[in-house]
Amino acid sequence: MIKILDPGPQTTIQDLGRVGHLRYGIPPSGPVDRLAFVLANRLVGNPDGAAALECTLAGPRFEVDAPCAVATTGADMPVTVNGQEAPGWATLALQPGDVVRLGPARSGVRSYVAFSGGLDVPPVMGSRSTYLRGRLGGLDGRALRRDDRLHAVAAPLPRPWRLAPRAVPAYGGEPTIRVVLGPQADRFTRAGIGALLESAYVMLPQSDRMGARLSGERVAHARGHDIISDGIALGSIQVPGDGQPIIHLVDRPSTGGYTKVATVCSFDVGRVGQVKPGQSLRFRAVTVDEAHRLLYLADAIFETGLREEIA
Amino acid sequence: MSVRFLPAGDLAVLVEFDEEISVEVNTRVRALEFLIQQKGLAGVVETVPAFRSLLVYYDPRAVGYDALCAAITELLPQAGTAVLPPSRLVELPCCYDDAELGFDLAAAARRLGFSTGELVRLHSQAEYLVYFIGFTPGLPYMTGMPERLTIPRLETPRTKTPAGSVGIGGTQCCVYSVESPGGFWVLGRTPLRLYDPEALEPILLRPGDRVGFRAIDRREYDAIAARVDARSYVPVIT
Repeated sequence: MIKILDPGPQTTIQDLGRVGHLRYGIPPSGPVDRLAFVLANRLVGNPDGAAALECTLAGPRFEVDAPCAVATTGADMPVTVNGQEAPGWATLALQPGDVVRLGPARSGVRSYVAFSGGLDVPPVMGSRSTYLRGRLGGLDGRALRRDDRLHAVAAPLPRPWRLAPRAVPAYGGEPTIRVVLGPQADRFTRAGIGALLESAYVMLPQSDRMGARLSGERVAHARGHDIISDGIALGSIQVPGDGQPIIHLVDRPSTGGYTKVATVCSFDVGRVGQVKPGQSLRFRAVTVDEAHRLLYLADAIFETGLREEIA
Repeated sequence: MSVRFLPAGDLAVLVEFDEEISVEVNTRVRALEFLIQQKGLAGVVETVPAFRSLLVYYDPRAVGYDALCAAITELLPQAGTAVLPPSRLVELPCCYDDAELGFDLAAAARRLGFSTGELVRLHSQAEYLVYFIGFTPGLPYMTGMPERLTIPRLETPRTKTPAGSVGIGGTQCCVYSVESPGGFWVLGRTPLRLYDPEALEPILLRPGDRVGFRAIDRREYDAIAARVDARSYVPVIT
């Protein structure tokens, strides 16, 4: 059993998401940063899609009552076990009574805490992911609260390892996010597209799992900002009348009626989700073919040479 | 009829038909979706129909962009009414005649120049078509309203519209599936839940369904609401 002593600002249970229900208006949910999420699971010997915690800006404090392994990845939240500093991106073996705490993020926004065996909550519509606005999945469709009790599926303790330090992502600075222009790039002026691709945009604090709201140079429309409503893909950069981009994330509405100037590539969506309020990012356009080549490359890097055994 | 393929990032392609809101165009969208599902097109992950477009999510590790567009193009000639299975008719009981539930009924009637009774009659006698479900879980985008009920959206959208509210705006009718902001005139409310996260099937309506409203009084509304709460109400679907 895992007892939540302090939930942190917004901690939810997620797995790899709910596929196939967008046509009913239900978003996939799942982790914003899929790569960090999957690594957390692999560090504790779980299948990639086991349910784990997503923590936002600061982590929870929790106590375990049985031997288990945990791993934290994603945003750089200082980890302690019983007050002693412990490494992130590594398998941590816990004993009954151990208390784990994740402090406020030094960089990045979302961190992931995986438990060996994976969190045991009932799947809803094929997934354990929490969809907060729809009060669906996870623990009663809500964020964790103090005194919640979670259970992990019984599993053998994994062999401990850690991610090679060179492979640990850095979330600071001003990342360049790759996008494919469209589907409605033709509804913007040349200057508007130029602004999007050549200037920096600042992350706003009202960003959430539904959308990352940005502020910067106006992405100007050529002829109106309304369209006949259509589907909103993961990473869609929607631009309403005020010319300020919103990047749609995992809890996005399935459809919408504003123009979408470009779409963030799937392999950079997680990076967007790690940009802190006040931090800025830039965009770079690639073609669909380039995006697919970059995706295969990212897959290959992910699957090889990340592992480092702990003696 | 023209068709455009527009990339929506590296995991989706938007298949766009003519730029209009019409039964003809939307039928092609739903027929194409049906064909893609039926043929089990390689690499397709899921699809999202809208008024005049189909967003097709795919796995680029399983199918390339050009190959996918070519496979969809091959299905287009068949994408018409003939391939679609018969649609369902779903009855939504609706209480109009109650100021608490149909709080814009009187104002909408004044605006349109009808008595409230006439507005209720016109609205409840029509049959509506669910073009697609979107925006919030289970929310149907519908048309089929008599032309005389065309009404501009509210000048100032309200910040909270209760779930179940039946609203009209422009030529469309919608039912709010969860409490949400909204710019439609609320004529009444259905006691049914279009989205119920705890139900075995959380979503009541599907794209392509036909919807009829049955006018009920407040007593019947309360009675059905109690049965919905007790999970003993079975919606009338034919």
